[in-house]
Amino acid sequence: MKHFKGFVIKEFYHIFRDRRTLAILFIMPIIQMLLFGYVVTNEIKDAKIGILDHSQDVVTRKITDKLASSGYFIITKVLSNETEIEDCFRKGTVKEVVVFEPDFAIKLERDNKASIHLIADASDANTANLIVNYTSAIVNDYVTKENKTVTIPMQIGIESRMLYNEELKGVYMFVPGTMALILILISALLTSVSIVREKELGTMEILLASPLRPLQIIIGKVMPYAVLSFVNVITILLLSNFVFGLPIQGSILLLLLECMLFIILSLSLGIFISTSTNSQQTAMMISMMGLMLPAIMLSGFIYPLENMPLILQWICHINPSTYFIIIVKNIMLKGLGIMSVWKETLVLLGMIVFFITMSVRKFKIRLE
Amino acid sequence: MSERETIITVSHLVKKFGDFTANDDLNFEVYKGEIFGFLGANGAGKTTAIKILCGLSKPTSGNATIAGFDVYTQKDDIKNSIGYMSQKFSLYEDLTVTENIRFFAGIYGMTRKDIKIKTQQLLAKLELEDSAKKLIKDLPLGWRQKLAFSIAIVHSPKIVFLDEPTGGVDPITRRQFWNQIYEAAAEGVTVFVTTHYMDEAEYCDRVSIMVDGKIAALDTPQGLKQTFEAESMNEVFIKLARVAVNN
Amino acid sequence: MRTILFILQKEFLQIRRNRAMIPIIFIAPIIQLFIMVNAATLEMKNISICIVDNDLSSTSRQLTNKFSSSPFFKVTGNTFDMNEARLQIESNKAQMVLNIPAGFEKRLVRENKAEVQMLFNAINGTVAGIGNAYANQIMMGYNREVIAKWIGISKNMPTMKTIEPIPSFWYNPDMNYKIYMVPAILVILVTIMGMLLASMNIVREKEMGTIEQINVTPIKKIHFVIGKLVPFYLIALFMLSFGLTIGKLVFNVPFVGNLGMLFAVACVYLLTVQGIGLLISNSANTQQQAMFVSFFFMIVFIMMSGIFTPTDSMPQWAQIINYFNPIAYFMKLIRMILLKGSEFHDIYKDFMILLGYGVVMITLAVMRYKKVSN
Repeated sequence: MKHFKGFVIKEFYHIFRDRRTLAILFIMPIIQMLLFGYVVTNEIKDAKIGILDHSQDVVTRKITDKLASSGYFIITKVLSNETEIEDCFRKGTVKEVVVFEPDFAIKLERDNKASIHLIADASDANTANLIVNYTSAIVNDYVTKENKTVTIPMQIGIESRMLYNEELKGVYMFVPGTMALILILISALLTSVSIVREKELGTMEILLASPLRPLQIIIGKVMPYAVLSFVNVITILLLSNFVFGLPIQGSILLLLLECMLFIILSLSLGIFISTSTNSQQTAMMISMMGLMLPAIMLSGFIYPLENMPLILQWICHINPSTYFIIIVKNIMLKGLGIMSVWKETLVLLGMIVFFITMSVRKFKIRLE
Repeated sequence: MSERETIITVSHLVKKFGDFTANDDLNFEVYKGEIFGFLGANGAGKTTAIKILCGLSKPTSGNATIAGFDVYTQKDDIKNSIGYMSQKFSLYEDLTVTENIRFFAGIYGMTRKDIKIKTQQLLAKLELEDSAKKLIKDLPLGWRQKLAFSIAIVHSPKIVFLDEPTGGVDPITRRQFWNQIYEAAAEGVTVFVTTHYMDEAEYCDRVSIMVDGKIAALDTPQGLKQTFEAESMNEVFIKLARVAVNN
Repeated sequence: MRTILFILQKEFLQIRRNRAMIPIIFIAPIIQLFIMVNAATLEMKNISICIVDNDLSSTSRQLTNKFSSSPFFKVTGNTFDMNEARLQIESNKAQMVLNIPAGFEKRLVRENKAEVQMLFNAINGTVAGIGNAYANQIMMGYNREVIAKWIGISKNMPTMKTIEPIPSFWYNPDMNYKIYMVPAILVILVTIMGMLLASMNIVREKEMGTIEQINVTPIKKIHFVIGKLVPFYLIALFMLSFGLTIGKLVFNVPFVGNLGMLFAVACVYLLTVQGIGLLISNSANTQQQAMFVSFFFMIVFIMMSGIFTPTDSMPQWAQIINYFNPIAYFMKLIRMILLKGSEFHDIYKDFMILLGYGVVMITLAVMRYKKVSN
């Protein structure tokens, strides 16, 4: 036991001595939160658009003003004919050109009908879609107001309620995902690389020859990363609460316990990877391709699972992050208890058992 | 002895790291073709001195010339005239024997044709023909060491620096390794070797012993044993170390 | 010059021997393209909906039929109990609930106005927003049908003014989001190769102790650095070509622009990235450190580069940072050239900035490398 304590202290010292890595480890979750909170949002704001007004009348000017003052758009270009559109798109100066047909106001008055051509640069299909929708909505809004005097019969009113997240804030989405990502990054990726490093440098043999038992060596190696991960969980929760105003609806204790469970799972994944490879570069690539990428793309973090091709959905279902994200959402955001997440918790537990058994088996083979 | 040609001249060499003086006023000469033992306990300043002599770091003050080149101004010339092998393994473990030879010979400016001939000679001499296409990491430790030495002198340098070359190998391999050193010396290569195996010190022509950054003694092994009234180099070393501790 | 050839030969041998490298070069691009391109879509289909129809009138049934026949929605539950419906949302069985209260049809006919309620699981705000928009469209469309059916279109409608927005989607009329993601993933691959792996590779020599041996040889620092960087430069360009081929064959990405110009941009971009990688490797002693620092910068730069979301909509400070974000330039240019066929005079400014950036970074890195190693 005395040996073990000394070893753990050495491992801690080893990490804490490298100030730069340590700083990054602590700053990483903060930066990630800020990025997802403020930068990577799917909202359209200040999108650059151009106006091509063949009519130049009161109505087109009103609509143009309405677009400009909506906050969604900035009019950076006023075009005078169709041939300029191509050039604008190619230079990337605007994302959409709004074209008013000639005699716009006259047609609207005379025929009760006029049309606006919305030409979007759809190389980015998602954004193009959003921009066109927003523009249409603003135009519709204008017409509806013009039509106020007309009463519409048989109107179906819609009352939409956004549960858990009334203002549709992005932060609700990315807090669980960021937690999963950071924990995978530190607990799995760094752990696997640091164990493989000992192998690569040959120092693992020295450790194995010491009075320490193999299990103690592994625990000693992963302990600092577990502590770091846990500190990061706390950081993320504090940030989401105090900066982004996201309250923890359910039991904090349960949430922290589940985080602990996921940390242990990530560590066992890291250990498993390190028993399967001998080079740091390989360990890194496996962690990146096998864990990080799925944690971002195939976990419901940013993109909902339901829209993916079936084969990707299967991968999602063997991805630990998927389950962890569901657990965090249910406890933290929906305020549900253990009853709502017992299945996911069992899956995580099962995975831990699986990966530890596999690692021990591989480790034994190596020793024999 | 003194009429022999000197190849390394060190005078009043000082190297400081902040307040710590690693090399304190070193003065010595090494003669062409001799095996010069550079002894000292860990931390006595051996590695620092070797780094200066190889042109890897600059002295704080004092002078040193290697093969006639100045350590301050002619680093590149020094590097061209020396070979080096360190206690850590310096061959590429993921390259084969021939690939290692080709690479190191190549960067010393040998032509492809010369490299081919040299490779054949080396492999034959080391009896490594069958392992020519093996990766270094698959070779036994002793073979790697022999190969590392051969590669260190592949470009026929005037001096070869060996920084604790025999760390961690068995006595038989060590013995064979020293045979290689003798051969090289016989061909006129000056050998500058650090070690902390005192029995190896007996194999050197002359030995200097460093204690706390200073050269405490320099003579032939025979001479040192007489001066210190000792049976073996080991005893000489312990006596010197004791003086240092008492101070 | 001859020395460099020997170093290059050695580097390529080592890369070839590295068991991790072959999968990185050939398999990683395929996996990344397949996963990222297919997963990264906000095009919503099959939003699971639970229907609570307590009216059970022909109107309400027609309305629910509208939802079940829409490609955007998938009815996953029917119940009469709102609490039951809410539980479906809680347990993720349904993303939304449509609640048609009893007496809906009656009120609609007699009072000229009736309400339905829609509940959304809004934890993913974007998806809930899109779902809401789709649902509203269906409701409004149905509303118009109802009016037409009960009142008749010709009598009342002409008094209402309509402005019809006619969208056209240039460069991508099928609204295929995949062709937008393919170039982005190529950018990431090139960056990983040029920055992350190159920096790790340089640090590896330090960590293994072989750098010491190199230092006592007459190899010039600059030769060593070139020998280390060139292989990854070439591999990165190879991966770009490989990725483009897959993009063309599998994802049918249009190559509208000039490929030569695309590679010119890539060559310039790689200078910058390798400069950064070299700077990182200077300050790291272990591969782990190098990896971690590179990783940190890569994640931040990639997220800010506009890979998923347009840079225009980012806050001012983020846009200023993006002036110094090489990935943002390459991300923008590769998409412009490939998808829109932008010409040199269109990208001239960005290209020049990137070139300046590249020259500065690589010079800085090489100068600093010499200093540190001495």
